[in-house]
This record gives sequence, C-alpha cells and structure tokens, in this order.
Amino acid sequence: MPGKMDRRALLGAAAAVLCAPHRAFAAEAAIEIKDFAFNPDALTVRAGTKLTWTNRDDTPHTVTSTATPPLFKSGALDSDDSFALVFDNPGTFSYFCSLHPHMQGTVIVR
Amino acid sequence: MSSQPARRTVLECMLWAGAGVVWSVAGGVPRSRLLGGPAQAAEAAFSFVQISDSHIGFNKDANTDVPGTLQAAMGQIAALKQAPALVLHSGDVSHLSKPAQFDTAAQIIGAGKLDVHYVPGEHDMLEDDGRPFIERFQGREKAGAAGGAFYSFDQNGVHFIGLNNVTNLKAGGLGILGAAQLAWLADDLNGRAASQPIVVFAHIPLWTVYAPWGWGTEDGERALALLRRFGSVTVLNGHIHQVMQKVEGTVAFHTARSTAFPQPAPGAAASPGPMKADAGKLRGVLGIREVQVIAGQAELAIVDTSLAG
Repeated sequence: MPGKMDRRALLGAAAAVLCAPHRAFAAEAAIEIKDFAFNPDALTVRAGTKLTWTNRDDTPHTVTSTATPPLFKSGALDSDDSFALVFDNPGTFSYFCSLHPHMQGTVIVR
Repeated sequence: MSSQPARRTVLECMLWAGAGVVWSVAGGVPRSRLLGGPAQAAEAAFSFVQISDSHIGFNKDANTDVPGTLQAAMGQIAALKQAPALVLHSGDVSHLSKPAQFDTAAQIIGAGKLDVHYVPGEHDMLEDDGRPFIERFQGREKAGAAGGAFYSFDQNGVHFIGLNNVTNLKAGGLGILGAAQLAWLADDLNGRAASQPIVVFAHIPLWTVYAPWGWGTEDGERALALLRRFGSVTVLNGHIHQVMQKVEGTVAFHTARSTAFPQPAPGAAASPGPMKADAGKLRGVLGIREVQVIAGQAELAIVDTSLAG
C-alpha cells in the first residue's frame, strides 16, 4: 500500500498497478525536488521499491502521473513535504509537476 | 504562441520599468515619461489598479510577512490621488489554496472596500478543481462556463476579460486556455465594435516570456488572433513577479510585480523560485500598477509603483 505520507487516496486505476501487500524488507529510493527539477529525473528501480519524493524548494510542487486518468497524484507538496509510493509492478511511469509542467520525470520499474 | 520569436528578439522587446515611470501606448508606439509629466496632468476618465501574486501563506526567507506587504499595497491604493474604479487581482492570491489563506487575503483586500475582480493563479486551484477559489472570489462574476473561472464585464466603456490559463496544465507544456474557453472568448467578442478598448487579464503571461520556465501560454496566440481587430488591447498578467512589457501592433502586454516576493529575470538563476532581496530592499521590488483610461483616447496610461513608494 502507499506510504502513510500520501496526501490523496489513489485512484482505482492506481490500485491495480501500484498497490500490493508491503514486503517486509522492500528496497527504498528517494527523489529530491530541488530548483524546479526532479533529481534524478529518470530512475530505474526493482519491483517492490518504495519511492519517496521530497520537496526541497521554497515553492510547492506536485508529483502527478501523466497517464489518463492519472495513476497517482501527490496533491500539493509544500516545502519539505514528502510523498511516497510503492511500485510493485514493472513498467514505465512518467510524471510531472502539475503546477510547473516543464518539470518532468520517469520511473522505470523492472 | 505559434510564431515564437527567438529568445534574443523577445528580450530586446522587453522594456524594464522602474518605479515612477509612466507608460502610455498610442498607435502601438510605447512612450515613457517621468512621473509628474504631461500624462499626470491629464484628468483620466477613470482608473483601475492591478495587483498580483499576493501568495498569502508563503513564509520563507524571501518574505516572512506577505500579509504585511499586501496590506502595504492596499495602503498605496487607498492613497492614490484618483480613487480607482476597480481593482484586478491577476492570481496567486494564496500560496496553497488553504481556507485560512483565502480568509486572510479576503480580509486584507476587502478592508479597502474596493470593487475587486479576480482570476486564479495555479496556487489558488490546488483543491477540489478550484471550486473553493471560484466560489469565494468569483461568485459575483457572470461565469463564462460553470467552473471555468473565466468571465467578462464592462466598465466605463472598457471591456474587461478575465481568463484562466492555470488549470489542466499538460506535462512539458505552458499555461493553457483550452478549446472551451477560446470558443467562449470568440463568442464574447463577436459583434463588439473594434473601437471598444479591451483589457484582458490572466495569471500566466499570454505571450511567451521564457518557455524553459513555463512562462507563456501555449494557445495564447489563438486568443490574440481574436483580439487583433480591436484598436486598443491591453493584456495584464502576473506569475513572473516582475515588470515586463511588449507591444505587438495594437496589443500591449504587461506583467506585474508581486506583492509578496520577486523572481529572477528569465534564465538568470537556476530556477524561477522566490528570490531573496538584499536587506531593506524588498519593498523596492514589490508593487502595484495603476492604469488610467483617458477620455476620448484609445491609449491607457500605465504607472508601476513599487511598495517602497
């Protein structure tokens, strides 16, 4: 299941793709949001990895799936807010900041 | 815009205005005069004020007292020689669309007892598809479409159009108006005399100021195409927290200062984030804009004044 820091309930579509029972010792990875960019903006992880985005800017940002409908939406992350997701299934997941759409990133799950 | 000029060309067209410079645009030719010049002496038929980007809720180093600087802006408006007929707020009233932030903004702006018209910034539409903002700040407007956050009205013969280019933004894109809003705009302008002065206000610049930072509107050119037949079009935007101007034919574009914090010039920093002014200099880079409509003239006289006075 998504981490407790989620600020929005995931949509039904997301549940099918992303949600599965937590593994006891799942890998973790972090993406920093800094200077209006996702760092790293492309990341490859193993299935089951818990990814956490943290906003280090003085401006709010979002982590929003580019899929239609979106597979995940963080809602507004204020400075130092985090958003976590567990990626259980392989695939390529593109996302952007819905406030500053030039900010884009991709997670590849293997 | 579809015909994007090279960045150098755009920058050459930008004219930076300090406090106390009067801009008047006649026949597509911008002229600047010092405050106290002839434009000041002329009695305006009516005037209005633009404020922008109050970001109530922001509390970082760039400005730890945004309610205070918004209050200072309202104080400047109250002190204007000619009381404005109305005030336009070009968006980012709040920082995070929180009810308490909307409350504070409404209280500070409302204390001025002025006729205020709002368009949303992206920071105002974070909750519930923007409904809280629309209900609270646009409830009195005749909505172009339910939930669309765009509208128009007339004042003293000038047609004012408030647009929303901050919702449904697409990955990699700029601000966007969308097909429904453009269809409404075409209908709104249909049959209007080309001699009627038009004032368009929207949050993100309708012209491409700097695409790498998203400072533009991808279908802005389609709106401008509908406006080109008019003899006097003034486009007022916010979002970039600094004054820039450009003239294309009969269309004059202006971006406004914020009442909260400055942002860097295009490409001048790693990101467009809030910029910390030197100690004691903050109010010199925040400000309000007064626009005077002179009777019998198509030109609008525009005065940008910093909060430092």
